[in-house]
Amino acid sequence: MPVKEKIIEKIFLLIALSSITILALITFFIFEEGLPLILKIGPKAFLLGERWIPGKGAFGIFPMIASSFWVTFGALLLGIPLGLACTIFLTELIPPSIGILLRPAIQLLAAIPSVIYGFWGLIVLVPLIQNYLGGPGLSILAGSLVLSFMILPTIITISEDSLKSLPPSYKAGALALGATHWQTIWRVLIPAARSGIVASIILGMGRAIGETMAMIMILGNAVKMPTSFLDSARTLTTNIGIEMGYASGDHRQALFATGIVLFFIIMALNTLAIFLSRRRVH
Amino acid sequence: MHVNPKTLLWLLSLLLILSCMGCQRSKAGITVAGSTSVEPFAGLLAEEYMSRHPESHIYVQGGGSTAGIEAVITRAAKIGMSSRNLIGEEKKLYTVTIAKDAIAIIINPKNPIQDLSLNQIKEVFAGNIKSWDKLGGASHPIILVTREEGSGTREAFQKFMMGKEDISLEALVQDSNGAVRQVVASNPNAIGFISLGLVNNQIKALKISGVEPNLTDIENGKYTLVRPFLFVFNEEPVGEAKSFLEFVLSPAAQKLLSNEGLVPVLAKIAQE
Repeated sequence: MPVKEKIIEKIFLLIALSSITILALITFFIFEEGLPLILKIGPKAFLLGERWIPGKGAFGIFPMIASSFWVTFGALLLGIPLGLACTIFLTELIPPSIGILLRPAIQLLAAIPSVIYGFWGLIVLVPLIQNYLGGPGLSILAGSLVLSFMILPTIITISEDSLKSLPPSYKAGALALGATHWQTIWRVLIPAARSGIVASIILGMGRAIGETMAMIMILGNAVKMPTSFLDSARTLTTNIGIEMGYASGDHRQALFATGIVLFFIIMALNTLAIFLSRRRVH
Repeated sequence: MHVNPKTLLWLLSLLLILSCMGCQRSKAGITVAGSTSVEPFAGLLAEEYMSRHPESHIYVQGGGSTAGIEAVITRAAKIGMSSRNLIGEEKKLYTVTIAKDAIAIIINPKNPIQDLSLNQIKEVFAGNIKSWDKLGGASHPIILVTREEGSGTREAFQKFMMGKEDISLEALVQDSNGAVRQVVASNPNAIGFISLGLVNNQIKALKISGVEPNLTDIENGKYTLVRPFLFVFNEEPVGEAKSFLEFVLSPAAQKLLSNEGLVPVLAKIAQE
């Protein structure tokens, strides 16, 4: 029944298109709401302004852009070594009996709702930092620690895939040339899988920059330029999350404008990740 | 193109059922939406009201004062809850004060300080006094906790306490009364402000220039950090909304609110 098949085909096309349409609508809406404010106060005052006092018409988001990168950088500093070590262990060194347990456990990390991470950070990490390191406890350090756990599944699963997709001849060749197992991993396998590993780190970075709920709970949300890892901070996402409920007029538009900035950062990161993961090293 | 008539019939009846469910809901219930400060109290009132009028349904939703007022304007909600006074265009709406709420300045129970003057509190929140020893406490840095921009509690605090001065940008920002309370309860150097109805034994409410935040001193006007809880309507309410409003202003409901730590408006009703 070719007619019926045609109809079904069209229905699937429609469904596929609708998901893209929704994306386009969201993009359009964010820009339509946010752009007027950026143009009104000027892109420079918006992006580089250091004061965010919506009640008095001051909409500078530079401290939030900086905080987003501080928190993300901290998370990568902890997450990359942990994630890479875990990946190497999983693909090369692991006894099969442990792998059966470990792999699902890592995937489970991705399934834990972020509010649970936030709650755990608030109840466990924040008092520890407050008591032993000083400051308010609600800090970039606490946020980075929690984020480093949250990005582990992204880093591990993607870089594990890229290590596994290497031709077996690489490993066999290195071993045949007399390299030890460790030399093979460090000098041959990791460099060969580099593009995939870098892509995994960039995707993890995107995850970290986009995280909202857990960060609202543990960053303390102060609107100032962070000067140390023990300072409270407010990222781009938490700025939207925390003020959305009560915002109106220019204030609401400024939150959408914050979304535009976030949109560009995430787009740039994802494009970079796609570009890097397509490039094969041979 | 061939469509099975049976399928068509199915879809149509489904549509009919769904639309009927929709109209029934909007007929029998009213939606109350807005301020998260008022929400828990409105929830209590709605429960009590529904137990007396089993045929009615009151749906209480949060979202914030501004969201509630917008919902009333767009007629998505019958009643809006606001913990701030209306501004600009919003003033055209019909408002009723259902209770008053005091704002308490709170610190950690481990902090020995009991009493601060209005000016001291202002200087602390402006970021000009940074250490507790300047106020007679230990020499630890003061950790400020405030609410987010646009919150009714913050607006009232700003208006009565800070005047033209800004709250320091160093202050931690939390997005609910409960979150502010949690931070102050877990940090011996923190100071914040929350709705008096939500003060519990995890934290300590400060006296302001010797005046304790209690019902007597709020009613006789000695404790001035007080703001209204408003119900907002598009026009003078009729039907179910009117009946709910009448219940909220009744002595029984006002007693309920006063038990929860709010200041009832009954005295005012009696005068009218």
